Amino acid sequence: MIGVLARLAQDTGDGILVPAEPIQAGVTQIATPEIQWVALLPHLILVVGGILLLTIASLFRHRVPRWAYTIYTVAVAAGAIIAALPLWVRVQDAERGPFSAIAGALGVDGFSIFITVIICAGVILTALLADGYLKREGIDGPELFVLLLLAASGGTIMASANDLIVLFLGLEILSISVYVMAAMHARRFTSLEAGMKYFILGAFSSAFFLYGIALVYGASGSTNMIRINQYLASPTGVVLSENGLLLGGFALLLVGFGFKVAAVPFHAWAPDVYQGAPTPVTAFMASAVKAGGFAAMLRVFVLTFGTFSGDWQPVVFALAVLSLLVGSVLAIVQTNVKRMLAYSSIAHAGFILVGVEVATEQGTAAALFYLAAYTFMVVGSFAVITVVGRKGDGHHELSDYRGLARRQPVLAFVFTILLLAQAGVPFTAGFFAKFYVISAAVDAENYSLAIIAMVSAVIAAFLYLRIMISMYMSTDSEAVTGEPDRVPVPLAAGIALFVACVVTVVIGFVPGPITDLANDAVPFLVQVG
Amino acid sequence: MPSAVIAAGATNGVGFPLLTCIVALPALGAAVLACLPRARGDLLKLVAVLFAVASGALSIWMLAEFDTAFDGFQFVSRHQWIESFGISWFLGVDGISLFLVVLSGVMFPIALVAASPKQDQKSFYAWMLLLMAGSMGAFVALDLLLFFVFFEIVLVPMYFLIGMWGYGNRVYAATKFFLFTMLGSALMLVGILALVILTSSNTGQGVTFDLVELAEAQGVGLVAARWIFVSFALAFAVKVPLFPVHTWLPDAHTEAPTAGSVILAAIMLKLGTYGFLRFGLYLFPEATHWFAPLFLTLGVVGIIYGAVVATMQRDLKRLVAYSSVAHLGFIVIGIFALNAQGLEGGVLQMVNHGLSTGALFILVGFIYERRHTREISELGGLQKSAPILAGVFTVVMLSSIGVPGLNGFVGEFLSLLGAFRGARWWGAVATLGVVLAAVYLLWAYQRVFHGSPEGENARLRDLSLREGLIMVPLVGLIVFIGVYPRPVLARIEPSVDALVAHVDAHVEDFEVEEIVFDPLPEGNDDAEHDEEGGED
Repeated sequence: MIGVLARLAQDTGDGILVPAEPIQAGVTQIATPEIQWVALLPHLILVVGGILLLTIASLFRHRVPRWAYTIYTVAVAAGAIIAALPLWVRVQDAERGPFSAIAGALGVDGFSIFITVIICAGVILTALLADGYLKREGIDGPELFVLLLLAASGGTIMASANDLIVLFLGLEILSISVYVMAAMHARRFTSLEAGMKYFILGAFSSAFFLYGIALVYGASGSTNMIRINQYLASPTGVVLSENGLLLGGFALLLVGFGFKVAAVPFHAWAPDVYQGAPTPVTAFMASAVKAGGFAAMLRVFVLTFGTFSGDWQPVVFALAVLSLLVGSVLAIVQTNVKRMLAYSSIAHAGFILVGVEVATEQGTAAALFYLAAYTFMVVGSFAVITVVGRKGDGHHELSDYRGLARRQPVLAFVFTILLLAQAGVPFTAGFFAKFYVISAAVDAENYSLAIIAMVSAVIAAFLYLRIMISMYMSTDSEAVTGEPDRVPVPLAAGIALFVACVVTVVIGFVPGPITDLANDAVPFLVQVG
Repeated sequence: MPSAVIAAGATNGVGFPLLTCIVALPALGAAVLACLPRARGDLLKLVAVLFAVASGALSIWMLAEFDTAFDGFQFVSRHQWIESFGISWFLGVDGISLFLVVLSGVMFPIALVAASPKQDQKSFYAWMLLLMAGSMGAFVALDLLLFFVFFEIVLVPMYFLIGMWGYGNRVYAATKFFLFTMLGSALMLVGILALVILTSSNTGQGVTFDLVELAEAQGVGLVAARWIFVSFALAFAVKVPLFPVHTWLPDAHTEAPTAGSVILAAIMLKLGTYGFLRFGLYLFPEATHWFAPLFLTLGVVGIIYGAVVATMQRDLKRLVAYSSVAHLGFIVIGIFALNAQGLEGGVLQMVNHGLSTGALFILVGFIYERRHTREISELGGLQKSAPILAGVFTVVMLSSIGVPGLNGFVGEFLSLLGAFRGARWWGAVATLGVVLAAVYLLWAYQRVFHGSPEGENARLRDLSLREGLIMVPLVGLIVFIGVYPRPVLARIEPSVDALVAHVDAHVEDFEVEEIVFDPLPEGNDDAEHDEEGGED
């Protein structure tokens, strides 16, 4: 496929794009594209890192201590972040700017680098979390870490895809890894069920997605986003309502994305899977997987289909409103904390969809800021849940949190900060995340969406209050009867919690730097000729 | 006026960022408390009181340095916060906020000294200090987002204060309080953004959240301004609280620990009325004028309703809570009378209500500590067993009723005077509230203090020295303002006059003297409808 793309364009290698040589009929030689290894480095580090880990671990199976896997994974993800930094400097350079690699298959712009960093941050935090979890649950082997790295590479590929087929590749790499991760805790029935459920529904959604790509290809004659964009903007005029193929393609792609980001009405899998999956995996799903899904959605809809925003906006509007309201209302009636946060993450997806719906640069920047902030808030929250879940990963009822503030005030306080951040209370990252999304909506004069989003934030606040009530305000009579013991906080999980909490609060006080980064991280379709 | 004046105001400073210190000191205190050992209750209390007193002392110093003749913002301090959005750390006081800051500076140390949390003292004092920082910040913030941030953040400490140290039904009360107030302010955020973005696109200037610039620009159209005003007004109405959205207040006040009730009544309710003045009237003079009949009506309804319901209460604390609904009604009609007397009366009455109701809650707390009940029927004849307590209660109660010679009279009189000039019929009905206040408070006093004490009531301890000292500054201020309100009013007046002039300049056909009674503009009597339909 890359060969096909190569015929569309050639890149001279240092980012300066020149029109491709005209293709001469009868030429059979397949031109291989030049590959900019630097541009691929973040993806390569993740993929190679994952495969290398698998190889080493299978060679020295019983001689590698578990903590080494964790440190290795953290190092690889950090390496990917470090490799992304020079790219960021390069794309922000006014003279050089964003560029595309492998003959226009991958775009390297501020957007893809921003998402890459978010996903890698999610990997680091999840790996730290998984360390103590695997020890507690007696799960051996490096599989989780390998899959984590591979899934991350899928996510980063999704974020930088410049071609629908490449996007699909990334989506599948991500999804298949996460299916397995969800079923990782093989001795727990719910974990297996979660994996199975996620796999079947995910496979369906992938099929929808692929069919959508096929239809869009049929209508536009290309899977390359630039070509599609050019086709949509062509002066001859494309009327969407008269173009069944395109219309169907849009709809199916939207369904596929809806599944991946767990937007209502495609959310049905999320609560069960979130609840059943090992808690660190749930944290990864809520942070990095969501980031990858939204990155792809922004790339495809806001960027590529931007000319037709008027046509898809009403549908995304409906998805956003439904996610916001259904997510927050169903969240407050749950009694299982993991399930509560699953529904709340649906409501959060609704907020990010608001940023998608407005289809402006500001909306994209707001969605990026939200994803960055949410990654830390949600991984932190699931870190607490992991710890409180105890051996067997089953103590997730509200009653398991009763009196936590008395037994472990620091843990309860950290959880409180993270929950308040999710509720959008000022001086936390969550407040500014909501602020930017709402301001993007107001800027686009979409007042109704802004109001619905804020009302749903209040509804959702009740859910966070319920958890806090359980931790802090359980009455004395309840406390006497069967209060659980203290739970140990493993060092690595403690570090993850500390980092998540500090980042959440610091962004709440000094949002400026992240705001500026998100504003600089606008996606581009780099012209390849 | 003020934008030119701001620069001049900055010179009035005292050489260091006074307001920033007033806001930051309590927050710093909370951080210090977090590092202290949990078991040392006395040390924790000492540190907490010290930080609160330090911040309070700075606010008194600010009062001394305040330039009486000057009507703009003073002690201005300003730093960029989020540059790309034009949001800044922008603080300043004028005559309207001055006494609210001082009131906070007085009430918080008193509430801290009066407090005696049963468990987890460390968290209690830390939350109190954070609450102080938040309230102070809200009163001095001149940047819309900064104000919103403080306005919203005070919910968290108050939520924990009610929920963790409150009485029986505390969790319900705390949750209701949190959700009600958050719902109100949620729409305000949309309103703030709409105002800021519309102003920026209409004037062609960059986006700014600067209150003064926005108020001077008046950059949104008539209809948009009214809608945005509605979103602000809903937030403030919940906080005040105005009649249909007041239901959180009796629960929160009753279930909160004494210190929480004191701060809730004395400081936090003022955020609502202060918001109406600073962010309603100043930003949307036309819309405020247009909606005035609605809010006058709600204010009057609150006065009568609060008084009637207070009369029926069997729980002394709940009675005081409902009396707040009535008293805040006077402040609201003073504000919406939209003339100098009414506004001055409103501002003064905010301070008065803070002092008298704060004192009442402390006294009810003292009675509860002794008798472990707040049921009026269980009490009786306390005058004989605790004469000093009864004496202090009498003074505070008379101030609350509005008897001449005490502070309540001055504020209530000015509010009603303003209402008579600006909105005669509402003023006339509101006056009934003064009589009703006498009914429920005197009747309550009679039942609690008169008669011959029996059982435990006969053995009631009188005020201890510590408790007496807590009451001294409150009673002193109540008498001082009642006898000699001039120094207070002189500082309020210039800013109020400037605000009235600002309204005058921006509202066509606005004549202060003659808002004669006319049938309410169509659809205005339907409060629910008007306040909630902000979508279009």
